[in-house]
Amino acid sequence: MAAFQFFMEVLVGGLLSGVMYALVALGFVLIYKASGVFNFAQGAMVFFAALTFVGFMELGLPFWAALPVTIGVMVLVGMATERFVLRPLVNQHEITLLMATIGLTFIIEGAAQLIWGVEVRRLDLGIKDEPMKWLADTTGLLVSQIDIFAAVVAGILVATLALVFSKTKVGRALRAVADDHAAALSIGIPLKRIWALVWAIAGIVALVAGMLWGARSGVQFALVFVALKALPVLIIGGFTSVPGVIVAGLIVGAAEKLAEVYVGPSFGGGIEGWFPYVLAILFLLVRPEGLFGEKIIRRV
Amino acid sequence: MLYREAGQFRTTYAQDSRILPLREDRVAMLVLFVVAVGLIPAIASDYWLKALLIPWLVFSLVALGQNILTGYAGQLSLGSAGFMAVGAFACYNLMLRIDGMPFLVAIVLSGLCAAAVGIVFGLPSLRIRGLYLAVATLAAQFFIVWALDKFGWFKNFDPAGVITAQKIEILGFAFDTPQKKYLLVLAIVALLALLAKNMARGSTGRAWMAVRDMDVAAEAMGIPLMRTKLQAFAISSFYCGVGGALFAFAYLGTVEPSAFTIDLSFRVLFMIIIGGVGTILGSFLGAGFILLLPIFLSVLFHAVFGTAVDASVTSAVELIVFGALIIVFLIVEPHGLARLWQLTKERLRLWPFPH
Repeated sequence: MAAFQFFMEVLVGGLLSGVMYALVALGFVLIYKASGVFNFAQGAMVFFAALTFVGFMELGLPFWAALPVTIGVMVLVGMATERFVLRPLVNQHEITLLMATIGLTFIIEGAAQLIWGVEVRRLDLGIKDEPMKWLADTTGLLVSQIDIFAAVVAGILVATLALVFSKTKVGRALRAVADDHAAALSIGIPLKRIWALVWAIAGIVALVAGMLWGARSGVQFALVFVALKALPVLIIGGFTSVPGVIVAGLIVGAAEKLAEVYVGPSFGGGIEGWFPYVLAILFLLVRPEGLFGEKIIRRV
Repeated sequence: MLYREAGQFRTTYAQDSRILPLREDRVAMLVLFVVAVGLIPAIASDYWLKALLIPWLVFSLVALGQNILTGYAGQLSLGSAGFMAVGAFACYNLMLRIDGMPFLVAIVLSGLCAAAVGIVFGLPSLRIRGLYLAVATLAAQFFIVWALDKFGWFKNFDPAGVITAQKIEILGFAFDTPQKKYLLVLAIVALLALLAKNMARGSTGRAWMAVRDMDVAAEAMGIPLMRTKLQAFAISSFYCGVGGALFAFAYLGTVEPSAFTIDLSFRVLFMIIIGGVGTILGSFLGAGFILLLPIFLSVLFHAVFGTAVDASVTSAVELIVFGALIIVFLIVEPHGLARLWQLTKERLRLWPFPH
């Protein structure tokens, strides 16, 4: 029984950190769907957003004021990226676009360091990093409150996005652009404005992910590397699927933790760092388009 | 006026297939050779050799490897630092564990080790491409560094996790001064660059470029995809591996696995973007540019703001300048510095009497 309970604890812990990966990966998917750009800088944006938020809090702004200001900053960053980096590169090969966003990663990291410094910041959302008492009493599982909170927030975020995508006019326009740029443009959808909007939304998603990660493990440069874990999540989930990303995030989170605990010791530990990537490669060999991605058809 | 092809006729096949068909280019190459072999070791200070010229040559070699894979064969790799690490540690272990191992043989073998690892991590490229492959190569990067860090055997159980490169000795002749090391590195790099140039302009290179431009079409034309892609991975990793071995043996001397971070991989990628994707010359220009830029920036900072600038500020500005340069080059001159050089040569042909 104890072994099973331990297994469950590792599993739940893994699933919850998977939610975090999924949140970061969500930003990637939004941009990739709408503009075909693989935004390598999403991780840096997560870091920058969290740092900006904490920075404003430290400057004395209360929570409710710092949040909209940071959202404003992230929207500006997203729109500036669209205007100055991606618009001049429109219709280029996707590898070129990827390399441009790697450049963007460096700019954002540099700017974050320049503006806010390099030391680790604490972010307090007012939620304790303690086990949920109710859950511990009923099932005996020890799950941190902040993890539960993060999962709930992620759920709300995804539900909101799904509603926006399916029910609103803007959402329909976004889906049209994702389907076919040229066709969307020809029926009068303002392509540039839609792209700016997508980047702004990705900025906000980055902020949410950054705040939750920051509250969990402090706002620090390592967030950028955590965000790299979103890449295998994307591969497993498929680059174009929002539900796929959520499922894949959970799979990666759980598999990584389980592998670390059960397989890791025989390799000397620390396999968390590369396990998700190997998992992704194995996955690619079987199902290259991911769990929910569109089937890849190549024509000459 | 001084630089033109008028009057230089190619009358034989051998003349037509020369690397440098113009007399002016051959003279320039000869001058470069004299400067590199004769002049530089004589006048350059130890600092110049150790801190600038040797790393420049080493990174040119690594950039060359990255360029073969990304520039010619079109397979984006983010794992070049991982392959460098394989080369460096393979060379160390070969020298350590096999008595009387000749240095040059160890260098070649460590390149082959890296090539073998490259083939393994290149296998996914047969099924996936583009972005997916880029993520798959990240696996190589993280896995290799983790393995080298985790298993003490690779580092001969050094308590600090650092390897100290053995002395370089070839046929009893010790390469112990910066001058000698520079000449050795120069010889290896020049040889491999010549080889790369010939591969790139031969059938091998044409197959790579066909795969890069459209792999399905290339396959339809009878280019064996599997062989071509894996060959590109193997040769690219060989160059990175030799580069990594020289990085440890001729440049740093002591090195640890964590020196080969993903950051280094990005830097190598930046070298070829700025230098010129799919050109041999570009690898050298890009490596020089990326190495010189931080030095230039710190000199500039000290000149403008004095010595009061914090190191974290300069490193942050360095990041921003790197990133901005990448984006500017991708937008304005996607073919990099090599293309600028080519344009200059075009102008020189007409100078001083344009139409």
